[in-house]
Amino acid sequence: MDMIVCCKQVLDPEAPPASFKIDSATNKVVPPQGVPPVISPFDEQAIEAALRIKDAKGGKITVISLGINLLRDVVKKPLSMGADELVLLEDPAYVDGDAWSTAFALAMAIKKIGKFDLIFCGRQAADWDSGQVGSGIAEILGLPSVTIAKKVEALDGKARVERITTDGYEVVEVALPAVITVSNELGAARYPTIKGIMGAKRKEPLIWKPADIGVDVAKLGAAGRRTKLAKLFQPVKEAKCEIITGETPEEAAVKLALKLREAKTL
Amino acid sequence: MSSGILIFSEILEGKLASVTTELLGCGRKLATELNQGLSAVLIGNGINSFVPQLVSYGAEKVYLVEDPIMADYQTESYLSVMEKVIKQADPQIILFSQTAIGRDLAPRLAFRLGTVATMDCVAVEIDSQTKRLLPTKPVYGGNARAVYSYDSDPQIATIRAKAVSALEPDANRKGEVINIAAGIDATLIRAKVVQKVKEEVQGVKLEEAPVIISGGRGIGGPDGFKELDVVAKMLKGAVGASRPACDSAWMPDTAQVGLTGKVVTPDLYIAVGISGSSQHMAGCSGAKVIVAINKDPEANIFKEARYGVVGDWKKIIPAFTQKLKELLA
Repeated sequence: MDMIVCCKQVLDPEAPPASFKIDSATNKVVPPQGVPPVISPFDEQAIEAALRIKDAKGGKITVISLGINLLRDVVKKPLSMGADELVLLEDPAYVDGDAWSTAFALAMAIKKIGKFDLIFCGRQAADWDSGQVGSGIAEILGLPSVTIAKKVEALDGKARVERITTDGYEVVEVALPAVITVSNELGAARYPTIKGIMGAKRKEPLIWKPADIGVDVAKLGAAGRRTKLAKLFQPVKEAKCEIITGETPEEAAVKLALKLREAKTL
Repeated sequence: MSSGILIFSEILEGKLASVTTELLGCGRKLATELNQGLSAVLIGNGINSFVPQLVSYGAEKVYLVEDPIMADYQTESYLSVMEKVIKQADPQIILFSQTAIGRDLAPRLAFRLGTVATMDCVAVEIDSQTKRLLPTKPVYGGNARAVYSYDSDPQIATIRAKAVSALEPDANRKGEVINIAAGIDATLIRAKVVQKVKEEVQGVKLEEAPVIISGGRGIGGPDGFKELDVVAKMLKGAVGASRPACDSAWMPDTAQVGLTGKVVTPDLYIAVGISGSSQHMAGCSGAKVIVAINKDPEANIFKEARYGVVGDWKKIIPAFTQKLKELLA
């Protein structure tokens, strides 16, 4: 089973909300000091989905990450968890794209890898929360896609995928090769092992520039966008919290109930 | 030239989904502003009885695709049918709901049509000058909001539940039905739905609950959630949980509220022992009133809440429950 997993380096979504700042002149987020980036959590779960198949059936997992200033300690984490190869699309031309230009670059890199049965992505990235790149890759490569998966099993020539729905889940059988996007219901991603970390340290990633995947830079990153970011802003918090106090916690609780009644919320 | 607004209708448990009536309300506003038409597409099997309802909520045209093969949502068949409908309807704007179907279909359709969608929008406006769509969506786990614009038509967006409102249905509204044949070759479908599993939710569903009481890390274990459940039942609401509480298996994953779980928009959201991380707030910031109960006065949740009580929930919740009982008696 040849598998490819797309992993994005993002600002840590668990960073304290107070540390979140926007530079409104450039419409960009200012990375918080002292909080290192991470692999987007759903992408880690996508790695986990691939690793479970590798555990069951064997196979090879190639990870692709796209961006600039990719910290090796961060992007090598999938290797330390058990993935086999790492390809970095690392070039200024790749960045600040929308789902279109990002999916296009990833699809072209996947084409270059050539051999694959399953392509995994997280259901959405923790920064733009868009959730389109997986479907986009599938559309560009002409592959079937199953999104928001909570379980993935590889069978002969197909995969059996449990896909989250509004009131439960549905089982989808999909012919391979296919693209699957993974949701958190899959379960927590495994921790890297010491052996894995040592192995990942020694492993050098492949770095593919736009020319290596045969793509004109006009189709990549910011230049290749089909939607524009018109404005990025932090919502103003209108409501100021009214702290309800009492002599005892019980008294405060009673006052809270009365307050909610008064405000007609109960 | 493309013109008009097309909304994608969904039927949920034998009823027109409330998110679909909301899309029609939103579409109606955009249509009036642009002086264009509003149509709906309805795909399924044995669903033509919903056409009058779509019209009563504001659709002037309903593109109806009825075929046994369309009974269940499958990406490839719906994609192919939507492509066909769009060729005929040639809309300038296409709106989906941010549901399991919308999340899957909108991006794939957008890519097929040479564009990208804007997902999970909380507002959509028309630029008064350019007359182009300006959708707003939360990004960075709810820490920020982004407004987008599109280079080309159709402009595709998915809308979060309860972010926009439905019109009052009016049986006097008139609409036209346009039947379109599905024309799907079943043998070409590579991703097939072979089984649908309903996970029974006891009581009120989170997404539909008018009141939600959620617990987080501060609850300390599964037992505390039973106390929250008493409050939820009293208020005909539901119990939610933060990601740490679900990760610790105190509550099932289906109860998780947040970026990585459910997005809920109740009238009242009571957060108990929840610090209020951005990823959690992404799931509940649409609540009309947020109440925070937390022993840490510095917790971020107090920046988000309308009312707060600083203290130990183990003392507060029983007294709150008792008072509720009196008030609701």
